[in-house]
Amino acid sequence: MWNTHLLLPLGMHIPDGFLSVPVALAWWVLTVIAVGFALRQVGTTLHEHQIPLMGVMAAFIFAAQMLNFPVMGGTSGHLLGGALAALLLGPWAAVLVMACVVALQALLFQDGGLLALGANIFNMGVATALIGAYVGAPLLRMLGGQRWGLVLVGFATAWLSVMVAATLTSMQLVLSGLSAAVVFPAMLFVHLFIGVGEGLITVAALGFVLTTRPDLVTTMASYLNPATMQRPLDRRSVLGVTGGGLMFAVGAALLSPLASGDPDGLERVAEDQGFLDRALDPFFNLLPDYTLPGLDGPISTIIAGLIGLFIVFGLVYGLTLLLRGRNQERV
Amino acid sequence: MALSSHTLDRYIAGQSPLHMLDARVKLSLTLAYILALALLPPGTWLLTALAASLLWAAVHWSQVGLRTILVRAFVALPFALVAVTLVFSVPGQPIFSLPLGPWVLTASDTGLVRFASIVLKSWLSVQAALLLTATTHFTQVLYALRALRLPTLLVAILSFAYRYLFVMIDEAQRMLRARACRSAEVAGQRSGGSLVWRATVVGQMVGTLFVRSYERSERIYVAMLARGFTGELRMLNPRTLTQREQGILLVGLATLAGLVLIAYVV
Repeated sequence: MWNTHLLLPLGMHIPDGFLSVPVALAWWVLTVIAVGFALRQVGTTLHEHQIPLMGVMAAFIFAAQMLNFPVMGGTSGHLLGGALAALLLGPWAAVLVMACVVALQALLFQDGGLLALGANIFNMGVATALIGAYVGAPLLRMLGGQRWGLVLVGFATAWLSVMVAATLTSMQLVLSGLSAAVVFPAMLFVHLFIGVGEGLITVAALGFVLTTRPDLVTTMASYLNPATMQRPLDRRSVLGVTGGGLMFAVGAALLSPLASGDPDGLERVAEDQGFLDRALDPFFNLLPDYTLPGLDGPISTIIAGLIGLFIVFGLVYGLTLLLRGRNQERV
Repeated sequence: MALSSHTLDRYIAGQSPLHMLDARVKLSLTLAYILALALLPPGTWLLTALAASLLWAAVHWSQVGLRTILVRAFVALPFALVAVTLVFSVPGQPIFSLPLGPWVLTASDTGLVRFASIVLKSWLSVQAALLLTATTHFTQVLYALRALRLPTLLVAILSFAYRYLFVMIDEAQRMLRARACRSAEVAGQRSGGSLVWRATVVGQMVGTLFVRSYERSERIYVAMLARGFTGELRMLNPRTLTQREQGILLVGLATLAGLVLIAYVV
């Protein structure tokens, strides 16, 4: 009985052969740095009982990915778990747990390649956990203990973590020579919906744990602690959200020109066939082709990317402050 | 029908020379093999075929059965769908055109070669990884990882995760079965609630599983304390490789290095 495909998040584990050697090695370096840092962070605070805890948590994430629900047409939704792990265990323990989950999937079930393991750990373990911990957790802290805050932020964080993982995966594939015009839309479109499933499951799981064993969660994740949650907006959480958002934004913007400014194959075909002008023009009018008028080359792309990300980030931040203000008035 | 390690674990017990070979040698050679494959430029069919025959010789040597490996290696192929687009996106000599509504997709020879190499390399890499898993018990893989300087804490987490993986999977399977039993379905009637409701149910199952896992880890820790655990992680010191094992490792690495060199020099 080899139904292990039930365990696998759709299309996210890159097999060997798809990444070029420099891309695979570059992400191995990033993963080693991130996991090494996590080891040091966890090592200083680690109580000995957390060693079996983290091992069992890795097994838990693995098994939780099997819990699925029918969506439609034979497809099913299920959890990736990075954001949930980060919200429950804190960032660095979550990085270690998720790294072990992804490594086990590759070593035991050939789900994802070995050369590509660095990239896979980074996408599904490091990035998702950091978003859960540095975007989700501070937002939760800012919103302060409200049930709808948990629902909203939990959902948004989990959804974002899937989208970022899908974006990173696409980016690595494109850097390895696959066509950006195909990979990005295909990956992001599929994961738009997978992300919704991830969000719903994460929210329900968080709610369940907070209801049944609040003691258990609050010892590990202080931001879920009612005592600290009622605290007014503190410097740390603001710094957390801002720092997390900035890190993400700058990283994405710096990497964006790498997604090739040259027209790639399909675009070339499109130009030859003369339908590029027809396609998708209205969407890009604000920042045509993701560049700023009057500036050329990658710098312009970077700046345009940064502006876009700051707008999105500002919107989210403003919305949170607004909701929080309303919330306090009511209290 | 519980999924246990017997049905899920891909280790195939055996006494072949490959089973007996030290895990460090096998792990290193597997990694080197996958790296060498990735380094081969697209279109070097002869060298790829040589690499494939080396692997298949090892499979033969392992007595696992080539068919098992070949069939199981198809798991990664759905991903190849992503690479199909290379056929049409890489510029080169046009081979054929595919009308697709208002557009015409033109396949190029370079694109076809790129696509075929990616699929072939990916298929062979999965086979190499499968062979490692099939002939090496995971505890031995962990031992090899430790010998290759993976930090002790990570090795410990991985060992605990492997030990309890199948326990937690059984737990998850029981929950799925319980859900199926609760969810009576009447033919012709709409059932199963809304999508959000279904996702919420799964979320609560995940939450339950988390609480149970957490409590299990507490019991494990107490049991470890009762057996004298002091917080110190002890691992076996790796023994030095015998001359024969060193020889196999060196010959293997040299062959793979030669393969890559030929591809770039000749």
